[in-house]
Amino acid sequence: MANEKAIISCRDLTKIYVMGDQEVRALDGVSLDIREGEFVAIMGPSGSGKSSLMNLIGALDRPTSGEMWINGSALSQMSRDDLADLRNETIGFVFQQFNLLARQDAFQNVRLPLRYARKDVGDIDARAKEVLELVGLGTRMDHRPMQLSGGQQQRVAIARALSNHPRILLADEPTGALDTKTTGEIMHLMQDLNKQGITVVVITHEPEVAHYASRQIHFRDGKIETDTANPATLEGKRAHGG
Amino acid sequence: MKFGVATSSAMEALFSNPMRSLLTMLGIIIGVGSVMIMMSIGEGARAQIEAQISSVGTNMLTFNPGGMQRGGRNQGGGSGRPFSETDVAAVADLPFVEAATGVLNGQVTAVSEDANWLTNIQGGSADFFKVNNWKVTEGREFTAQEAQSGSAVVVIGLTTAKNLFPNGSALGQRIRVNSIPVEIIGLLESKGAAGGGGMGQDRDDTMIAPLSMVRNRVTGGNRWVARHVSRIQFLVQDGYDVMQAQDEASQMMRERRRIEPGQADNFMIFNFADMIKQRQAATETMSTLLAFTAAVSLIVGGVGVMNIMLVSVTERTREIGLRMAVGARGGDILIQFLVEAVALCTLGGLIGMAIGWIGIFGYAQVAKAPMVVSPVIIATALGAAASVGLIFGFFPARRAAQLDPIQALRYD
Ligand SMILES: Nc1ncnc2c1ncn2[C@@H]1O[C@H](COP(=O)(O)OP(=O)(O)O)[C@@H](O)[C@H]1O
Ligand SMILES: [Mg+2]
Repeated sequence: MANEKAIISCRDLTKIYVMGDQEVRALDGVSLDIREGEFVAIMGPSGSGKSSLMNLIGALDRPTSGEMWINGSALSQMSRDDLADLRNETIGFVFQQFNLLARQDAFQNVRLPLRYARKDVGDIDARAKEVLELVGLGTRMDHRPMQLSGGQQQRVAIARALSNHPRILLADEPTGALDTKTTGEIMHLMQDLNKQGITVVVITHEPEVAHYASRQIHFRDGKIETDTANPATLEGKRAHGG
Repeated sequence: MKFGVATSSAMEALFSNPMRSLLTMLGIIIGVGSVMIMMSIGEGARAQIEAQISSVGTNMLTFNPGGMQRGGRNQGGGSGRPFSETDVAAVADLPFVEAATGVLNGQVTAVSEDANWLTNIQGGSADFFKVNNWKVTEGREFTAQEAQSGSAVVVIGLTTAKNLFPNGSALGQRIRVNSIPVEIIGLLESKGAAGGGGMGQDRDDTMIAPLSMVRNRVTGGNRWVARHVSRIQFLVQDGYDVMQAQDEASQMMRERRRIEPGQADNFMIFNFADMIKQRQAATETMSTLLAFTAAVSLIVGGVGVMNIMLVSVTERTREIGLRMAVGARGGDILIQFLVEAVALCTLGGLIGMAIGWIGIFGYAQVAKAPMVVSPVIIATALGAAASVGLIFGFFPARRAAQLDPIQALRYD
C-alpha cells in the first residue's frame, strides 16, 4: 500500500512497450517513495527506464501494471479529466526539449497552465510576471522562444511549470541541451525552489548535476539499482556555484 | 471548458496560414453567398407580391383572347379572336361587376421639346383608373366623354414624365405621340417595379389614353372585329366571391362567342391571384436551384474544412500534447478545434455574405426587383456557416481531444 508520508508512491510498476511482435520491458517492478520536500536525482544509462518512470509520475502515461499514488490518491482510479487537473494543479513538468509554443512569447507560454486552471488562480498576468521574474526573465517577457537562448528557453519552461504553484517539479534531463555554466544556473534555481518546499525530481546522467540532489537513485534495465542519500549536497552546490 | 484559450489559439492558427485558410473557405464562401441570394430573392418576391396585392387588389379579373384551337394545337395566348367594345359593355352589365374597361396597347415614340422617348401606351375607358386602382396625383383622369370621343389627351407615368421633361413639370404640356399632338392632362401615381406587370418591367414607363384614340391613331383597327380591344379588365363587387364571378363571366363569354357545351374556351380568364401564383412558382424554382447550390457548396466546403482541420490536428500533435501536459482537459482541446473550425467557416461566411450582397445588388439592378437583405437573412447565412463549422469540425476536434498526452508529446 501507499506510504502515508510520501507525496509520490510507486509499487511494483512495470511498463511494457509493444512494437510489432517485440516487447520492451522499460520498467520492471519499480517501488519507490518520495517524501514531500525531497530533491531526488534519477540517474542511469540511456534506455534504463528513467523517462518511462518520470512520465508515469507526471500522470502523462499509465503503467502496464502496478499502482502509484500522488498525494495519497491512486492514479489508476482517476479519469482522464482528473489526471489533467492533477497535471495542472499539483505537478510541473520540465522537458529536455523545452516544449514551448513557438508562436507565443514567454509571457503567453507561462500563462498557459493558469488559463487551463479550473480553480480560481487569481490575477493570471500578475502571476506569470512574478514567475518570469523569479527565473530571471522579467525583461524578456515579450520574446518568443526563437529569440531566446537555450538556457533562457529552459527558464521559461521552468516558469511555466511553476506558474500554478505545483507541489512537485519533475524535470527530464532539463540541462541535457545546455552548456555547463547554464546548467549550473538552472540547477541553482531548482535548488532554491526545493528550499521553498517544492518536491523536485530530476533525471540526469551528469554526476555534477546529481550533486545538487539530496538523494540519488540509479536505474539499470528498468530496475532501481541503488537508492542513496547524498551527504555531499552542499559541497556539490558550492563546487558548481561559480 | 476554457473559451478564452480556445478562441485565441484558434485565431492564431487561422491567420498563421492565410492562403490555406482562404482556399478552405471557398466552398463556404460560395455556399453562404448562395444562401444570401436565395433568401433575398425569396423575400424580395414575397414583398413584391404583397405590394402587388395591395396595389391592384385580388378582385380584378381579366379576359384575354385565348389560344385558338387549330388542329388540336393551342396557338398560345393572344392568338385568338379579339374582344370588342360590345363584349366590354356586356361584362360591365353583369350584376356583380363594379367597373370594367377594355384595354388596347402598343409601342409609341413620344416627342417633347426636350426629348424623344420610346414607351408603351394603354388605351382604356374612363374606368381604367378605377379597375387598375391607379390614381392620378396631379391633373386629372380623362372623362367618359373624352374616352367616347377619342380626345387627344394622355395621363402619363412618372418615368415617362421624367424622360420627356427632365427639367420641368410635364402637366399641361403638349407632346407628339407617333406624330399626333396630344395634351398631358394628368400624372399617374408611381407603381414602380413592384406595381405589377411583367417581372423587370417598370410600370411607370407608360401612358394611358382614351381607347378609341389609341385604336384610331396608334394600333389601327382589326380586320375581323370592329372596335376591338386586346383584353378586358373588370372589378368584382366587394363581398362577391371572385371564383364564382369568374365562372359566371366565363359562361357569359362562352355564350357570346357561341361555344357549344363540351367545346373548349377560345379565350382565357384569369384572376390576379393566379398570376401571382405563377410568378411565385417561377421564383420558387429559382430559389430551389439556389438552395441546392448552397447545400452542395456548404457540404463541399464542410468536407474541405474537415480535411484541413485533420491536417491541422496532425501538424499540431505535439502542441496538443504539451497543452494536455500542462493541464488541458480533452474538452478544452475539443473546444479549441471546434472554435477554430467555426471561426474559419464564419469568416468564410462573412466573405460569402459580402459577395452575396453584391450578387443581390446586381440581381436587383437587372431584374428591377426590390433588394431585400433582412437581419433574418444575415443571421441565417452566418448560422449556416457556423453550423457547417460545428458539424464538420467535430470529428477532427474529437480526434484531437482523444489523443494520448505522452504519445502526442513524442510525435514528430
Ligand atoms: N514509446 C516507446 N515505444 C517503444 N519503446 C519505448 C518507448 N519509449 C521508451 N521505449 C524503450 O523503453 C526503454 C526505456 O526507455 P526510457 O524510459 O526512455 O529510458 P531512459 O529515459 O532511461 O533513456 C528503452 O529501451 C526505449 O527504447
Ligand atoms: Mg530519457
